[in-house]
Formats: sequence, C-alpha cells, structure tokens
Amino acid sequence: MQFSESWLRTLVNPSLDSEALAHALTMAGLEVEQLDPVAPAFDQVVVARIVSAEKHPNADRLRLCQVDAGEHGLLQIVCGAPNAAVDLRVPCALVGAKLPGIEIKQAKVRGIESFGMLCSARELGLAADADGLLVLPADAPVGRSVREYLDLDDRLITLKLTPNRADCLSLSGIAREVAALTGAPLKRPTLDAVAATHQETRAVVLDASAVCSRYCGRLIKGVNAAAPTPAWMRQRLERSGIRSISVVVDVTNYVMLELGQPMHAFDNAKLSGVIHVRYPRQGEQLTLLNGQTVTPDADLALIADEAGALALAGIMGGDASAVTAATTDIFLEAAFFAPDAIAGKARALGFSSDSSYRFERGVDFQLQRSAIERATRLVLELCGGAAGPVIEAVSDADLPKRTPVRLRTARVAKVLGVGLDAERIAALLSGLGLPCEPIGADHLVTPPAHRFDIQIEEDLIEEVGRLYGYDNIPARPPVAKMAMMPLDESRRGAMALRRSVAALGYQETVNFSFVEAVWEADFCGNGKPIVLANPIASQMGVMRSSLIGGLVAVLVTNRKRQQDRVKVFEIGRCFLTDAAAEPVKGFRQPLRLAGLAAGAAQPEQWGVPKRAVDFYDLKADVEALLAGRSPVFERVDHPALHPGRSARVCIDGKDIGMLGELHPRWMQKYELGTAAVAFELEMDALVQQGIPAYREVSRFPAVVRDLALIVNHATPWQGLYEALRRAAPAIVTGIELFDLYHGKGVAEGRKSLAFRVVMQDTQRTLEDAEVDAAMASLIAMAEQKFAAELRR
Amino acid sequence: MENLEQLEHLVAAATAEFAAAVEPAKLEEAKARYLGKDGSLTALLKGLGKLAADERKSAGAAINVAKDRVEAALVARREALREAALQAQLAAEALDVTLPGRGSPGGGLHPVVRSLDRIEQLFRSIGFEVADGPEIETDWHNFTALNTPDNHPARSMHDTFYLLDEAGKVREDVLLRTHTSPVQVRYMQAHVAKYGHLERMPEIRIIAPGRVYRVDSDATHSPMFHQVEGLWVGEGVSFADLKGVVADFLKNFFESDDLKVRFRPSFFPFTEPSAEIDVAFMRGPLEGRWLEIAGCGVVHPNVLRFGGIDAEKYTGFAFGMGPDRLTMLRYGINDLRLFFEGDLRFLSQFN
Repeated sequence: MQFSESWLRTLVNPSLDSEALAHALTMAGLEVEQLDPVAPAFDQVVVARIVSAEKHPNADRLRLCQVDAGEHGLLQIVCGAPNAAVDLRVPCALVGAKLPGIEIKQAKVRGIESFGMLCSARELGLAADADGLLVLPADAPVGRSVREYLDLDDRLITLKLTPNRADCLSLSGIAREVAALTGAPLKRPTLDAVAATHQETRAVVLDASAVCSRYCGRLIKGVNAAAPTPAWMRQRLERSGIRSISVVVDVTNYVMLELGQPMHAFDNAKLSGVIHVRYPRQGEQLTLLNGQTVTPDADLALIADEAGALALAGIMGGDASAVTAATTDIFLEAAFFAPDAIAGKARALGFSSDSSYRFERGVDFQLQRSAIERATRLVLELCGGAAGPVIEAVSDADLPKRTPVRLRTARVAKVLGVGLDAERIAALLSGLGLPCEPIGADHLVTPPAHRFDIQIEEDLIEEVGRLYGYDNIPARPPVAKMAMMPLDESRRGAMALRRSVAALGYQETVNFSFVEAVWEADFCGNGKPIVLANPIASQMGVMRSSLIGGLVAVLVTNRKRQQDRVKVFEIGRCFLTDAAAEPVKGFRQPLRLAGLAAGAAQPEQWGVPKRAVDFYDLKADVEALLAGRSPVFERVDHPALHPGRSARVCIDGKDIGMLGELHPRWMQKYELGTAAVAFELEMDALVQQGIPAYREVSRFPAVVRDLALIVNHATPWQGLYEALRRAAPAIVTGIELFDLYHGKGVAEGRKSLAFRVVMQDTQRTLEDAEVDAAMASLIAMAEQKFAAELRR
Repeated sequence: MENLEQLEHLVAAATAEFAAAVEPAKLEEAKARYLGKDGSLTALLKGLGKLAADERKSAGAAINVAKDRVEAALVARREALREAALQAQLAAEALDVTLPGRGSPGGGLHPVVRSLDRIEQLFRSIGFEVADGPEIETDWHNFTALNTPDNHPARSMHDTFYLLDEAGKVREDVLLRTHTSPVQVRYMQAHVAKYGHLERMPEIRIIAPGRVYRVDSDATHSPMFHQVEGLWVGEGVSFADLKGVVADFLKNFFESDDLKVRFRPSFFPFTEPSAEIDVAFMRGPLEGRWLEIAGCGVVHPNVLRFGGIDAEKYTGFAFGMGPDRLTMLRYGINDLRLFFEGDLRFLSQFN
C-alpha cells in the first residue's frame, strides 16, 4: 500500500515529522517499507507565465523569452525547448536556484543575457525523460514556488501490510490507526447523504447472497464523463500508484483509496433491466476491463443484468459496460463481497486487482452507503449530473457477524507479561474504535465492521500489546524450574559426530535435497524417485535417496576450481518411498552421513610420498567412526560403486550403509579424473556408541607369538579372523593382522596372512605348554576350515 | 726419591696420553699401558715384593697414590669423551625446526552448521532440548495445525514445493516443509502422549534446527535454507519472556552488548501476538540499519489445541529464525548461494 503523506495529513496530522511518523507506523505493525520524497531537492523554482517567445537572433534552435515570474519580475530567459509558447505557465528556475546536478547562474547564451532557466520535468527530477517544458495548469499562480504548488515536499509512504490488516488498505484506515497511536484528532471526509434529484434507479437482486450480502447502487444522469480529472485528485491517485484513466473511473478509485471501498461505475446506457448478483450459467463468458475473456467457474459470482454478465463480482468490471468519454448516465456500485468467496479467485485467473485484493482480505461491510454518497458528491462536483436515490439490497443473514469477545484483564497480563489495569486496556482499545463494555474486572469488546481479524481474546490482547507498544513490554530473563537434562551416554549428537568426521579431515558441505533424476538412476539405481510437482529447475526435479550425488557434484565443482584434493561430507536426510514409513506415511526420511574423498591421500608435502586416496583410507575412517561397534564389511554390488571395490557395512547383522570406490563408468561420465572413494552410513547407527566396559588389567607377562597362514587368495580376511577369534581359548587376548604377502615363496593363487597373537592371564604367568596348545588349536582350525598351511 | 720422581713422571705421561686419546678405543689402549695386566703401574706394584719390608710399605703407598691419580685422570677423560660424543651427536641430529609439520589437516564444519552448533549450545545452556522433524511433511502439520487456513496465500504453489503421486498428479496431503514450525506440533503431541496424564506437565523447551524449502531462488533466497524453531510452553510463559530469551540469545550469539534488538508487531497465523525481530549493529558495515532476522510470538491457542495442550492453562512462545542470515551477519558473508555451492575455498575459511 503506497500513499502520499500529505494526503494522510489532511485526515490526521500528528506533530511528528515524516521519519517519526514512519517509525510509529512500523512499530505499530504497519511496516513502512519505503519513505521516498516525491521529488529531489531543489529550490527557487517558481511558476512563470511566458509573455513572449521569439527566435534567438544568433541561434535557430533557441528562443528568447520574456517571462512573468510575479514578484520576481519580468525576466529575459533563453530557452531551447520546442514547446515554449506565449501564455504557457511553466516552472522557472531563478538565478541562484539549485536544481538536481546544476546551479543556475546569470549567463550569456549566444551573446544574449539569460536570467534563469525554464524547466522540464526531467530537469526538476520529476520524470526520467521529458520532452520540452513542464506545462503547468493555466490557473497556476504566477510567482508561487513550484515546490509548494505541486506539493513536492510530500513523501511517498509504502506500507508492507500483513494480510490480517485489511482495515489499513485505505487512507481513512491508516488515519484511524495514526490517531489511535498519536492521539491526534481524526478528520473524516464528508460522507453526508446527497439528496436525490430524480427518482430513477435499478432494482438489484442478490441471488448469490452468500457472496454478496450488501449491494448499493445509484443512477447519476447527465454527467460529463469527458471532464478532466482535477490535478489534486490525479496527483493523489498517482502518488498512490494508480494511473488516472478518466474522471468517473478516477472518482471510484479515489473513494477506494480514501475509504477502502472498491467501487465500480457502469455505463447505464449499456445496462438492461434488473441487476443480479448471481452465479454464472454453464459456459457463460465475460470480457473483462483488462481485455481477458474468462469463462468463470461455477463458484465465481457475476454482476449481471437481464442481458447477461457485466462484471466479475468483487474482482473486475466487464469491458462492454465500461464508462467511456461518451457516457452520460452512470450506475455506481458499492457492494460487500465475502472474503471467502473472493479469496484466491483472481489469482486462479492469473491476475490480481485492487478490488479483489481488498475484498479477499475483508472490506467494512457497513461502508457501502457512505462510499456511494462520497462518490456521488465527487461525481457531481467534477462532472455535473443529477443523482437518483440510493438503492440498497441487503441480506442481513449473510452479513458477517461480529460476536462480542470477552477480554480478561488477568489474561492480558498472563500473555503479555505486563500488568495493565482495566482502564488502561479500555483506553487503548477505544482509541482504535474498539468499543469496550466493562464486565467486572474485564471487558466485552464487539469488533467493528472494518476488523476481520478479531475473533478471539488473543486477537484483542495483540491489539492491546501493539497499542501499548512492544517496546514498553519488559524483556524478562527466563524463569523456570531448574532440572538437569538427560545425557544418554550410549548416544552421541549429530554435532559430536560432525566434529569426529571433520577431525578425520573431511569438510562439511550442505547440498540440495532435490537433485537431477539422472543422479538417482546412476548412483542409486532408482528409476522411480520422489518427484517434485513444481521444481525450481529440471536439474532439481526429484528428491534424493542418497547423499552421494551431491558430494560428486561438489567434487566436480571443486575440480573445476582447481582443487585437486577433495575430502567432503554431508549429514542430511534422504527420501525414499516406503509404504510403512512413519511419521509421514509413505516416505522414509533417514538422516545419513556420507563422505567422499578424491585426489591425494594427504596434501602434497615434504617427506611424504604422494599416494592417491583409496578404499582402505576411507575404510579406516569408517572404522574410526564406528569404533567400539565391530562393523562387518561384505562385498556388495552397488550401482554407484566399483563392483570389486565396494562393501556393505553391517553392525549386528544389520545393513547400515556402504563404502567403495565410485564406478569407473561414473568417473568417466562425470569427468572426475582420479578415482573417488565414498561412504554413506545411517545416522541412526552412527549416533549409537558403546558404554565402556572395564576388564581387569593383567600384572603377569604377556606371551606374543606370530602366526603366518597361507590361504587362497580369494579368502576374505574377515572370515578367517573371526574364525580365529572364535577358536581362540580364553588366554588369547588379541589377534592382529600385521602382514599380507603374496609372491615369491607363496604359491600362485595363495596369500600369506601374518597374525600376531597375544596371550595373557590376569591371575598367573602362562606356561609354555598352554601357549603351544593355544597356537595349535588356532592352526588346526585354520587348516581344517580354510585349507590353510603354516608358513615357516 | 728417584722412585718418587719416576712415579711423578709416570702420572704425567699417563695423563698426557689420556688427553691425547680422542677415541674411546685409544683411551682404553692407553689405560692398558698403565693400568693393564702388563701396564707400568701394575709392574711397579708387582715389583714391591722384591723390596725390603720397611721400604715396601712407603713405596706401596706412593705407587697406590700414583695409581689413584692415573685412574682419576682416566675417568675424567672417559667422561670428557662421552660428553664430546653426545655433543657431536646432538649437533648431527639437529633439525630445521622451521620446516612445516607433516600430516593431514583437519576438515571442518559448514559455516551455517557452525552457527547452529553455537545456537544449540546457547539454548541448551538455559535448558532447551534439540528436536527434529521430517522434511517431507504433511499439509496438516505444516499448515492446518499451525492455524493456516486453506486459502492462505502461503499454501499456493508459489511458495510451497509439492510432490507428484505415482500417476503424476499433484499430491495435496504432503509437501516439503516451508518452515520448522511443524516440529512444534509434533513435539507437543509427543509431549502430551508422555505427560498428559499428569496434573502439571513439565515445560516444553525446545529448539528445532533444520532445512526448509520454498519456491524462491535469487541472491538472497535459496529454494532450500535453514531455520531454527524455538518453543517454550509452560504455565505463565509470556511475551515478556520471549523478549528476554531472544534478546539474551542475540547478544550472546553476536557476542555484543551494544546490539540493538527491537520487536515489531507482525502477523503469523500460528502466533498471537506476533512480532518480527530486527537487530541493528552499533559498528561495522551495517551500523545502524535495522535487519529483520526472525519472526516470533505467543503461540496461538489453536496451535496449542492442535498439539493437544490446554490453551487456557498453558501459554508459550515460539520463534523461527534464519541461521543462514545470522551466519552471514556474523561473518560478513554477502552471498547466500555460497553456502550451497560446496566450494572448498569458501568452506575451509570457517575451519
């Protein structure tokens, strides 16, 4: 909502300057988004009448003008504007005037003295481009300051109104608010009835009374629709962002801005018979004022006469019945359309109008008659004519109800946290036109017709808080009963986990949850991803079911920016279709942690040979993150990964994620250069951690024996290792792999795995015999189950 | 007397020879020449037996004194050689301590997550728990339960991402959450399920950080961004408490006492009274400008009711703030899009 400050000040004029007024509005919830001067600073520019305009003796394109600047005398001014003509009234910048960018000095122009400058709108900073002098009305007072005459010290105030404050979509509404905030008296425009001078009218029938519960109409005959709109009205309209169209339309728009009642004027000659507010007939069409032809839906009411549709109720008038310069009789409409009936309708048709904007938010349903009187007065004043009686059709049952709301004084204190007594509350609310009737310590408040946002007690408490001033409510330090918060040692938070991942050298990224469909196919083998209905771009069209794609994209981005070594992670949700999922049925949304590394295992540095990061580097990272949880790694086929270099990660037999080198196919397709290794794990599993369990530390010496077993090359280490652990007697406290060898001395197709076996007892020193027996049992198991031979 | 002179001579010769030995082996050879089995001093001691008894005593004493002196010289020389060897080793082992250290640098948290971490810590310190909720959310939780009527503009396709069903039709029952506020409702319902039987339920004090989605993309809007929801519900929690908590938070988050905070009336369907929170810094490039950083208010009674809470007995406040914006203000970042591009040169600045 944009409007002129000086217009507002004709209705309420608090002793606050523009900035203070804007601040008061903002702090009352009517946020002033912009406060702009209507014109840049300039001075000493006055209205002047051109007395004579002759050709400059030394220049073809220049004129030598004598202008009457009133008290500033008769001035000789050289002027280059082609439209300079005798008797025009134009702005004249006197010698010494400061205009945007220039200062006017007495000067010789082509040998002739010039005492000032005649100005265009552009030179005064009023328009971006303008040809020729700014021509002022013929009655502009000669010698008067142009700033004063055109009210150029005015400011444009732009409010960013919240959708609940429809009552402030007019100058009167804003003035009411300012009066309540500042105590300045409110002046209302005259809304007195204009007596009818003829008795002709049109009957109005409310067929769709749920949409339109009040309709006021009036026939004004013999108007001059071609009369000019007066400058003051045009200026107020333009400063509210509304273009002047023709005097009758301008009057309806003016009343809308002034009072908040959208109005419409029909050319009465184009109407036939009774006016109906009704729902459309099957296939009924209407061409609107904006040129758009619509076939309204069944729930979109029309204004119609006996011949057919005239206007979309509350949204826009029809083209055929519009007022033109030739119109002589007009039929004015001021109606109330229910917000629910109008809401979203214009948007569905692809446009918005000032009228629909107001009706869908709520227009005062008692304003129609006043508005039509106000408009009549203006029409008669500006276009002449004779007004008939006001016809009013009303359906009382359908008018909005205003139920009194009880406002408890104690509840105000409870919600706002500041104790206000009943008188103070009543004073604040009545200042805003909210009548308060006392009941004991409380009040009964009946919301006025212009307020659609007051239905419950809290709505009133908000008004009290707003008028009292949020600034005046104390900021109280929180008071609560102290109780320690639970601290579950078997879980760690996502933040702690992030720090662990970062400590392993990974940089956290945040990637979009919506991805390209092809990523889902490539990295997840997901041909049926969850699809967005309205993506912002096609490459953000589906919900990700894995974090890997986003990390690959980060790798690509950084490679393009010459970052060769990339080690990144993300913690985020993935989205999978799953009929049984909770809490949102049909969508499983697990939080996951994924990491990706590519390039050198370590940053290039002295004393460390350069080596590309590989599977086992990331496996160590995964193991570090799962420390104490005994993960099992099994070969797996995963669409994103190299089939020979990928593993599923399991804990307690449950699949919790995967790890592997990206499939060479994707390396090539996404131009990743060197191999990238990635992992993705479920956060549910990662946040769990073991609670330490104490074991006695032995004071007796440990015995260490090495055990090198030659097994088939394809035998996975994990199976052998776990079998050894199972076969080991209790004295074996540790079995660690310390060497892997194949080559000379080991048969083709075989490999040697060397384990260090540590044995110890907490109660005594071990004897050789039991150590030997333990080793023998391990060897026997390996020979039996793994066809192992002992390497000597 | 001749013997004494001879002994003096011997001691001097041994001391000189020890001093001349620059390696331990040479020193031991020199030692052998004097103190060894066939050494000169050993020979003198062996020769004592040939002397008369009265002479033997005095000569023996003299020889032993000489032997002690030679041994002392030997020990001193050994020590000196050992010290010299150590010094030589230390000199040889000296490093260029200015060379860079080896190893891998640590990574780091995303700048917005860094802020979320601080936000979580600050709120935890006054007893707020961290809660979470789904990002594909039901229309009911995202809008209806938050008192947002069916025809509210926020529900239009302009702001909200919707999903297609298998047949390619727009689903009306689910969406990508447009704010973290649905966590309020989920948490309230869970809280009531847990404590609803008690005459007095414990207070709800939570923050819910997370990702939210809106159909918007330019230099200051990202289709996915972060939000932190806050909710405190109890008996007698008021707007004044909201002001206290939020002002306290902002001062601590920005570590600035001369930060100005203002609460400006606004409108959200799920709070009443509602406010926008603006801050103004007293120094720096944004000095004196009011910057909108959060929306807040007293929880609307309908929202409490949807959450299963007696709106007469309990009141509460809620706020929703933008950690992306807070992070930008805190570190002077001027482009929101940097957060989501994954450029390591940007991200690693916050490690």
